[in-house]
Amino acid sequence: MVKINGEFLDVAGKTVAGYLSTSAYDAKRVAVERNGYIVPKAKYSTTVLCDDDSVEVISFVGGG
Amino acid sequence: MIPTNEEWKAALEERHGIELQNNISGATVAICGLGGLGSNIAISLARAGIGKLILIDFDKVDITNLHRQQYKACQLGKYKTDALKENLLEIAPYLHIETHTARITETNITEFLKDADIICEAFDVAETKAMLVNEALEKMPNKYLVAASGMAGLGDANLIKTRKITSRFYLCGDEVSDINDEIGLVSSRVMLCAAHQAHTVLQILTQK
Repeated sequence: MVKINGEFLDVAGKTVAGYLSTSAYDAKRVAVERNGYIVPKAKYSTTVLCDDDSVEVISFVGGG
Repeated sequence: MIPTNEEWKAALEERHGIELQNNISGATVAICGLGGLGSNIAISLARAGIGKLILIDFDKVDITNLHRQQYKACQLGKYKTDALKENLLEIAPYLHIETHTARITETNITEFLKDADIICEAFDVAETKAMLVNEALEKMPNKYLVAASGMAGLGDANLIKTRKITSRFYLCGDEVSDINDEIGLVSSRVMLCAAHQAHTVLQILTQK
């Protein structure tokens, strides 16, 4: 199981890009942190989520 | 009567202590976007005696900005970089300021931000916020980044918070109040979020 934003999800084996495409997140508005490090955008399609990974998807909203 | 640089420094040292004040006055902070967040962050840091600010914005002061941004009616039509520099130097006459009147893109970001110890993301468009955060954390992993998301509307002030995402990345805001879903930006709530960002900058400098 992969912990994403505090929730345990059965997405091990999926890439970051694969997970995002099945989620409600808009990939243009997010930053993805995995085990303490930011996943570079260029590596979303090659970074595979593993069991026990801790992931945070930060989704930005407008205003400033 | 404007105080001398020595008087200015002594007053800050008396308040903050010499060690902390040296950390603050030795720091360079970049502020990306000079709207409701950026203009308020800049003023807080200028008052705290920050050493140098790098101010970046492409836009001019508009009448619709005055309800929440730290500009004056007489500054309408001026570039925000120039107007904010004027206002900051009235408050803190010995502050070093570098301005870039330009849009930050993937190609110029490293050049604009290379001298910064801490970067404040203070844009208004969600996609641009995400771009800056991703680019800065990828290309400049040794710098601190303080970003903001979610401060629109008249929701509870206490929902604005600061979260540490990685060892060098902090996020301020309620993370949900989108400008498109709310009544727009209200000065007090934007200032709260800007204060969280400025406060996080000072906390980072305290830990140094």
